Amino acid sequence: MSAMPLPERPAPALHEWRTILRHRWPLRWMHWINLLCMLALVGSGLQIYNAHAALYWGEASHFATPLFATQAVQGKDGRLRGITRIGDARFDTTGVLGVSDNKLGEPVRSGFPGWSTIPGSKNLAMGRRWHFFFAWAWVLNGVAYLVWSLASRHLDRDLALRRRDWREIPRSIADHLRLRHPVGDEAARYNPLQKLAYLGVVFVLAPLAVLTGLSMSPQMDSVMGWWMDLVGGRQSSRTLHFIAMTLFVLFTLVHVVMVFYAGAINELRSMITGRFKVRYPVAAAPATLSQPPVGEEKDHD
Amino acid sequence: MTDDVIRPSRRRLLRGAIAAAGGGLLAGCDALTRNEGFVDLLGSVEPLNQRVQRFLTGDRLAQEFPASMISPVFRPNGSIDPQTPEYLALKRAGFADYRLRIRGLVEKPLEFQLEALRAMPARSQITRHDCVEGWSVIGGWTGVPLAALLDLARVRPGARYVVFHCFDDLSNDGSRYYESIDLIDAYHPQTIVAYAMNGAAIPVANGAPVRMRIERKLGYKQPKYVHTIELADAYARFGGGKGGFWEDQGYDWYGGI
Repeated sequence: MSAMPLPERPAPALHEWRTILRHRWPLRWMHWINLLCMLALVGSGLQIYNAHAALYWGEASHFATPLFATQAVQGKDGRLRGITRIGDARFDTTGVLGVSDNKLGEPVRSGFPGWSTIPGSKNLAMGRRWHFFFAWAWVLNGVAYLVWSLASRHLDRDLALRRRDWREIPRSIADHLRLRHPVGDEAARYNPLQKLAYLGVVFVLAPLAVLTGLSMSPQMDSVMGWWMDLVGGRQSSRTLHFIAMTLFVLFTLVHVVMVFYAGAINELRSMITGRFKVRYPVAAAPATLSQPPVGEEKDHD
Repeated sequence: MTDDVIRPSRRRLLRGAIAAAGGGLLAGCDALTRNEGFVDLLGSVEPLNQRVQRFLTGDRLAQEFPASMISPVFRPNGSIDPQTPEYLALKRAGFADYRLRIRGLVEKPLEFQLEALRAMPARSQITRHDCVEGWSVIGGWTGVPLAALLDLARVRPGARYVVFHCFDDLSNDGSRYYESIDLIDAYHPQTIVAYAMNGAAIPVANGAPVRMRIERKLGYKQPKYVHTIELADAYARFGGGKGGFWEDQGYDWYGGI
């Protein structure tokens, strides 16, 4: 630490931190309700998958040639081995997929391990109860989100892709790769990749999960012939449902990584209390400041 | 502005917190699953499931398929070779002494030999069988529409459910498999008392000599080895009281999804 001033050098660029209201309360509530529902749906969904730990394509199951399977085979030494099959390929996944330790530490047959399922031990009936309850909660929360986003113009103002967003995609990719953080107003709005990810989850992945979920019902299929024709059958639907789940989990992992990358405390606070700190270059701050101070909830979220 | 900087110690703390939260979450889920009130809460959406499915599908037919799509093996599940004395006796005689009984809240209790069933107007359908476990197989079925049998027996006012009594003892405790549906499903055109599968007598593993096909339901709602069809005002007095063998183990009664 030097006390000597260095007058010959220009002073470092000065920044000013401003706190804005990033996310309004309905959005914050719906975000966390959504997370709760998704956790319950993934856990109970894996429980349901475990009842028949194989995926197929088409209308009916072709048991000998699954697309994907997490099975258990008895080795020559009598020990159980977990085998994950993807097409013709086979991988030993003992300990995680196919065979994993139960709560007593004994290896048991289980497509996905007990620590990832709800309930933690084999119980299809209970898994179904969890799944259907949280499916309703998730869908109702999703409908509320859509209605609110339209009514509050969140969708139109914050999520809709503008011509400018398309132009900025290459730069946004470069910024992400170089770990360059946006400042000022740019930091307070969604970047184009973020918009694409959110729109994809809301308008592609979520409807896909709902439709593939419903079309596994023999009763609902009586009115979903168009969908079955499109995807090729009930087993295709089940596989797509699983893929949708996988993409949701992947999205969530990337989402969490991005939260850390962008500043975990600031981002988390913005989704809990709504307050978000943005760094403005001092000279530019007054000119470009378009965010109202906290307390004025009229425009921003 | 240190808010955005995660120091190593904090990172460790965070990692521990996430692990603890994850473990706690799952333990919490299991604790909730043991809580009867919570399980009832989860089950509270079941009437909604039922109503929405009924509302959206009306009496539409389940999908039917060409013969070319019939599965090479119609995977049997649950009971595949019943060992109850009454079933073994019938099986030994090639089911010659089999009788299907219709009783309960009907004007005229009836009994049918297999030959009598085969002589009635039949319906054939090639449909997909969806197991609650997640797999599907396609098979062809021939049988008498349940509606025709109910009309012959003349259902009495007050009857709300059709209860199927079966020969098999799946839990091996002296009880017998049973199932129940309401009259809406009973009168659905694809609800048939099937005696043939893929053009031949139903194999033992798939429910010989007579099983139900209730095509818009999951497999457990379509009982095999049926000997008696009983009309009732409620299903609470049968078996464990929940309307079926698997329902008594916690599965939903409607079984449409």
